[in-house]
Amino acid sequence: MSLFWDTLSADWEQILQKTGEHIYLSAISVLIACLIAVPLGIYLTGRKRIANGIITAVSVIQTIPSLALFGFMIPLVGIGPKPAIIALTLYALLPMLQNTFVGINGVNPALIEAGTGMGMTRLQILRMIQLPIARSVILAGVRLVAVQTVSMATIATYIAAGGLGDIITRGISMINTITILEGAIPVSLLVIIVNLGLLGINRLLTPKGLRHLNKF
Amino acid sequence: MSLTAVEFKEVTKKYGTETVLDNFCLSVPEGQIVTIIGPSGCGKTTLLKMINRLIEPDSGSVWVEGKANGSVDPVLLRRNIGYVIQQIGLFPHMTIEENIAVVPKLKGEEKRVRLRKAAELLHLIGLEPDSYRRRYPHELSGGQQQRVGVARALASDPSIILMDEPFSALDPISRVQLQRELIKLNERLKKTIIFVTHDIDEALKIADQIILMRDGTVVQKGSPEQLLQSPENDFVTEFLGNERFGRPERSEIVPFKARYDGLRQRAGGMV
Repeated sequence: MSLFWDTLSADWEQILQKTGEHIYLSAISVLIACLIAVPLGIYLTGRKRIANGIITAVSVIQTIPSLALFGFMIPLVGIGPKPAIIALTLYALLPMLQNTFVGINGVNPALIEAGTGMGMTRLQILRMIQLPIARSVILAGVRLVAVQTVSMATIATYIAAGGLGDIITRGISMINTITILEGAIPVSLLVIIVNLGLLGINRLLTPKGLRHLNKF
Repeated sequence: MSLTAVEFKEVTKKYGTETVLDNFCLSVPEGQIVTIIGPSGCGKTTLLKMINRLIEPDSGSVWVEGKANGSVDPVLLRRNIGYVIQQIGLFPHMTIEENIAVVPKLKGEEKRVRLRKAAELLHLIGLEPDSYRRRYPHELSGGQQQRVGVARALASDPSIILMDEPFSALDPISRVQLQRELIKLNERLKKTIIFVTHDIDEALKIADQIILMRDGTVVQKGSPEQLLQSPENDFVTEFLGNERFGRPERSEIVPFKARYDGLRQRAGGMV
């Protein structure tokens, strides 16, 4: 056990730096995925035919093994953080797209009819009815994606993108459990923090009138 | 009474190959409760939704307060026509007062004015403003929710209100209560209420005018008494219910509205 603390105190600066890189990779990817998937999901609601095609296409990405996807990036954009962010973003698209689409389509049609009949424009229906009601479903997608991205960013080390994966692979090559733990524990902690943090934000943002049926 | 609120001029509507309305003409008088009734598929809801352009006719025109509604921006048209639907459709994430004030908000009215209106309307529908305005729809009973639905339709003070089977999802007790309240309310407000229903008891009870439809045409139009006293044909008799005709307990089935008017007359206009 004392060996663990000795190694930790020697390595902590590097752990901190790698954690920073890890957060950077994950946060940028989730953000870009949000900016693509949420508007796209909104656009696709009410356009069921193209929606099916696009969602199917995006889910094909999900079938590519993550390690291979990172590998495919090398001939296209080389190595480093950029291809890693592209790969992580691609992976993050589906859950977010699907949740946005399902969330907004799941709004009771009677509410849309009431809104239309009262003289709301399509944009007002989106802003005043659909988004507030679908918000918790959309945020659940963001949460899922954030957690998934943080843990997947570990593999980004294989294309020299940095992050906590660097420490873990080093531990593996040295067959040193303590070093592996030094990479793995921060990843787990990050996942837990992100999960709880987004859960709290979701609670906070849920309109009072909907809290009684919030299951996320 | 003589003025026309809504007029259908040679309206035709087809869904695929099925013709719902064929060269349909109808005028709806101002300031009355007019119920449109008929078997399902007779085109009554289509008719209603053409008034606020939720459905567009294939040919012909619908005139609302002297203007062809096809020439009015549908969004603006709808903000000036009240609309109440069967599923109530209150927005679950908004408080009761926010729900009532939606149309005034869409029209860009000041918040202070909106809230005052909401309070007045809550009072009008018999819900104490102070204890209800901050609540959410799910905290209200079905009957209370649809009262709010009616208040919401009244919020921009429209002269025409469309109601699409508004009480049919309620329990019988609330339904009867809301029917009575609607009659009383409109004695005061004198709105043109176009009320679609498939429930003949409801139609007889609340209507000043009944429009009985079948297969996209008007079978008979008149006051409940006219329909009961001189039904146009067998379809009318059958639809009103054969038991309403030629039975001793007929006085029992005189519509509520007629009974109410009758009582009032007998009281010599003192009520």
